Amino acid sequence: MNTLRFITAGNVDDGKSTLIGRLLYDSDSIHTDQLGVLQKQTKQEGVDFDLSLITDGLRAEREQGITIDVAYKYFSTKKRKFIIADAPGHEQYTRNMITGASNSDLIVILVDARKGITEQTKRHASIGSLMGIKKAIIAVNKIDLLNYSETIFNQIKADFEAIKSELNYNEISYIPVSALVGDNIVTSSENTPWYQGKALLETLEDIVIETTLNLESRFQVQWVIRPKDEVNHDYRGYAGLVLSGSYKVGDEITILPARMTTKIVKIENNLNATDVAKAGDNVVLHFENNIDISRGDTIVLSNQLPTESNQISTWISWLDNAQLQLGKTYLLQHRFKNVRVKIQSINQKWNINEWQFTATEEIKLNDIAQITLKTNQPLFFDAFDKNAKSGNAILIDETTFNTVGALMFLEN
Amino acid sequence: MTITDHYLEQLENEAIYILRETAAQFEKPALLFSGGKDSIVLVHLALKAFRPGKFPFPLVHIDTGHNFPEAIDFRDYLANKIGEKLIVASVEDSIKKYNLKETTGRFPSRNALQTYALLDVIEENEFDACIGGARRDEEKARAKERIFSVRDDFGQWDPKLQRPELWDILNGKVQKGHNVRVFPISNWTELDVWNYIKKYNVELPSLYFAHFRECIVHQDKLVATSKFIQPLENDVVVTEKVRYRTVGDMTCTAAVSSEASTIQDIIDDIIQTRVSERGQTRLDDQLSEAAMEDRKKQGYF
Repeated sequence: MNTLRFITAGNVDDGKSTLIGRLLYDSDSIHTDQLGVLQKQTKQEGVDFDLSLITDGLRAEREQGITIDVAYKYFSTKKRKFIIADAPGHEQYTRNMITGASNSDLIVILVDARKGITEQTKRHASIGSLMGIKKAIIAVNKIDLLNYSETIFNQIKADFEAIKSELNYNEISYIPVSALVGDNIVTSSENTPWYQGKALLETLEDIVIETTLNLESRFQVQWVIRPKDEVNHDYRGYAGLVLSGSYKVGDEITILPARMTTKIVKIENNLNATDVAKAGDNVVLHFENNIDISRGDTIVLSNQLPTESNQISTWISWLDNAQLQLGKTYLLQHRFKNVRVKIQSINQKWNINEWQFTATEEIKLNDIAQITLKTNQPLFFDAFDKNAKSGNAILIDETTFNTVGALMFLEN
Repeated sequence: MTITDHYLEQLENEAIYILRETAAQFEKPALLFSGGKDSIVLVHLALKAFRPGKFPFPLVHIDTGHNFPEAIDFRDYLANKIGEKLIVASVEDSIKKYNLKETTGRFPSRNALQTYALLDVIEENEFDACIGGARRDEEKARAKERIFSVRDDFGQWDPKLQRPELWDILNGKVQKGHNVRVFPISNWTELDVWNYIKKYNVELPSLYFAHFRECIVHQDKLVATSKFIQPLENDVVVTEKVRYRTVGDMTCTAAVSSEASTIQDIIDDIIQTRVSERGQTRLDDQLSEAAMEDRKKQGYF
């Protein structure tokens, strides 16, 4: 994995925008004309030179001094290419953080050294964990304002260690930083001789992200290639992304929902024949028998069948202004497969600030809950915990077609 | 495999995935082809996504009438070589049809007028998705753009009402009359595009490589003389070795001084430059701080 996608969580007061600005600026990723624009704005608005303005994109945002949406920023070093999802951290923007986190392998949680672990820190850590992120960096920012105090850093670390058992991270790094002055961002700071770990950028460069290669093999048909011209009259290829595991020529596979079995006779990657297709590859599969296969069909190794059900318990993060309606029909998009669903029951709501489940009748914007839904035809899937790539889906409103919910399937 | 190869492969996989998703989810998609490097890379990616089948969409070019002849020649050459359908929508025609007023000034841009031809060609052909080569690193407003960006009947973009895009699941469902702009190379940077062009030896119009050209020096930028741009009495006119870093209209795209004659030379140039692509070469993005944001809201890419 030489591209690392990460999300930064924290609000403006924690210095999140400054931190991103600092990473981009110190890694020479800011073009001078953009810097010119930055200074012009800063001058216009009568404030000091401000790194945080690098990430505030739209005029609408600048006027209101807020970040209204997820913005993606890019930088690279000799070791890695980075994509930052910059999502605002206020409570009302849980939705944006969910979106940013869904496309991230790592979360950088900013903690203001003066405030320590707050309710908001816990909220951000929970969302990252819920969305399946396994790597977290706790960046203890503004340590310069506390005379680079080791005691305070250690206290914050201990406070987070005390709550980590509630979360699903498998690797957590703690780094004392000052985004404003640049301590431990790109290079280790002389101001924190007591800190032996790596600077933030080095940590981001070196961290190893697990792939889905060792999970059971999952493939969904995205697009059927059938040219039907003279030269390729018999060509019938099934294009799609290998979500997890791998497939090789000769493998016995089962096609779902038809439950037909056949063998892989050819695999093409970028128009070249290959013997193996691995997680992350976009490939075209060819099968021994002429079976009627359509977009959305699931192809698995015959000895690795997924869960099949038309009644599914799932996490839901609600993203729409209109609240969820029990009994209403929605569309569920399980990557390339669309089915109609009804919400059968709202089981419990996750009160993210208190870290408690409560009973509830309604689900509103920014709510996170567990529900049970019924589909009009069976789905073939895995629990999100086991295989995030085949355990996720979105919920779509049938009339507005808006994406109203993010689904993470539970063990069924 | 080098690090560059590895992440180019990831970017390529993502783009092919998005192209196939567009083909599968929409009735009548189109690929907007400008003749510039980004849309040429899109065509290259589409070949990988759909061959040996035909493209499930035509190429559509919005011809402003101010295009570089080299770009037009290349467009026709490429469409012919790959044997795919090309539709040309003319901004000249929409200027006549709607009696539009041309932008005035020294370097008039038809950028804003393009939107008319674009929306017309979408309506005439009932396109429900238009694939474009915009990248998030190009410009601040584009950094906030979705992969599937929903536009209303007027082609308008509302940055506050964008759909959330979860994981790599793309929701292409839209209400009648609405359509979607699709950006498969959203996550590519300028350098990624050039590294990709080098890796696969993708053919480009000659404009991208250093050549001698007569230019007017305007506010430190080099604007080529042409039938649209004639030197005035006090202009400083030079003939220099230049190349184009972006290919837009002849009237509003500046050339850069360069000796770069190979793709590797261009990559070396880009690594060293401290000025952004649009900042160095586009006269129209500098009119106001939020120029792109405003144009996008009105239906532009």
